[in-house]
Amino acid sequence: MSDLLVVGISDYKLARHPNVIVTYALGSCVGICLYDKQSKIGGLSHIMLPESSMFNKNDINRMKFADTAIVDLVQELAKLGADRRRLTAKIAGGAQMFEVQPGSLVGTIGDRNITSVKKTLQSLSIPILAEDTGLNYGRTVYFDLETGIMKVQALSKGVREF
Amino acid sequence: MLNNYDELNDMQLDVLREIGNIGAGNAATALATILDEKVEISLPKVRITDFDTAINALGGAETMTVGVLVNFDGEAHGMIMFLLNMEDAKGIMSILIQDDEEGQNEPLSELKLSAIKEIGNILGSSYINSISQLTGLKIHISIPYIAIDMAGALMSVPIIEFGSIGEKVMFIEEAFSAEENKLSSNIIMFAEIETLKIIMERLGLEI
Repeated sequence: MSDLLVVGISDYKLARHPNVIVTYALGSCVGICLYDKQSKIGGLSHIMLPESSMFNKNDINRMKFADTAIVDLVQELAKLGADRRRLTAKIAGGAQMFEVQPGSLVGTIGDRNITSVKKTLQSLSIPILAEDTGLNYGRTVYFDLETGIMKVQALSKGVREF
Repeated sequence: MLNNYDELNDMQLDVLREIGNIGAGNAATALATILDEKVEISLPKVRITDFDTAINALGGAETMTVGVLVNFDGEAHGMIMFLLNMEDAKGIMSILIQDDEEGQNEPLSELKLSAIKEIGNILGSSYINSISQLTGLKIHISIPYIAIDMAGALMSVPIIEFGSIGEKVMFIEEAFSAEENKLSSNIIMFAEIETLKIIMERLGLEI
């Protein structure tokens, strides 16, 4: 029996196979799937903003920001028994939902989220095996810990596997 | 000192409900003129919720929804979204544009998209104009933007904008219904906490 674990906004969950982790309706937010293929332990993080340094460090929710959430999730995965040197990533989201004029915060937040996610993964030496990012549509992400497959569902595109 | 949405007291919430009532009332009048029928408006709800509740607030995170977004700026900062489902969007179009050829599963044509966008624009402007008149604040609004996608993905746009500090967002929500044609839609307004303070001060409330 496998469970379906639901990740909210500014949240992450981690588990072992054969469970599936899901996060619904990513817009400009980004979903990051981290996986250790050998132990079949993985986690899914749903970040909302790129950098925690924009805000007062004392009272932030670290799961909200790409730079803090990914670092914390890696630590938690290691505690659960994953080997952090084996971790790989698949990422999805970071869309621009509305076509907004250049220069506005809303218009570029998706891109900035993706950039920060990639930068953080690079600093942790975690390779990105697949991505379905950018463009202008919402995505629901299912992460299957049995196979490591990231399934991305979009209203206009159907379901695609990565 | 008001720093987070969940610190709003009962009297302040009453003022926000009244703002919603006046804003959406004005928008409903505009919608009634467009549809040429009476439009009922629900009691305003001021929602102060965590992000996940907000994502699911409008009938499920993954429900296909038509959203028109208008930003407002100047002496007040916020967003207005006009939201409706596909059937209602098509229902409104069948009133405005005589066209029987289109099936239920067809996507909306460019012409219809821009018509819906313009309706969202008119409703957003009506809403903001009434706040501006009430408070004397100079507020200008952006051009309208439209998207058809998962309700949760559309809602994530204002959540990111207004949820960067704290773990809650606040929005004022009203439902419109035009009974004759069985059409329903929603209008929601998000505003920065600073904007809420300014509006309340203008209305003579102690902050």
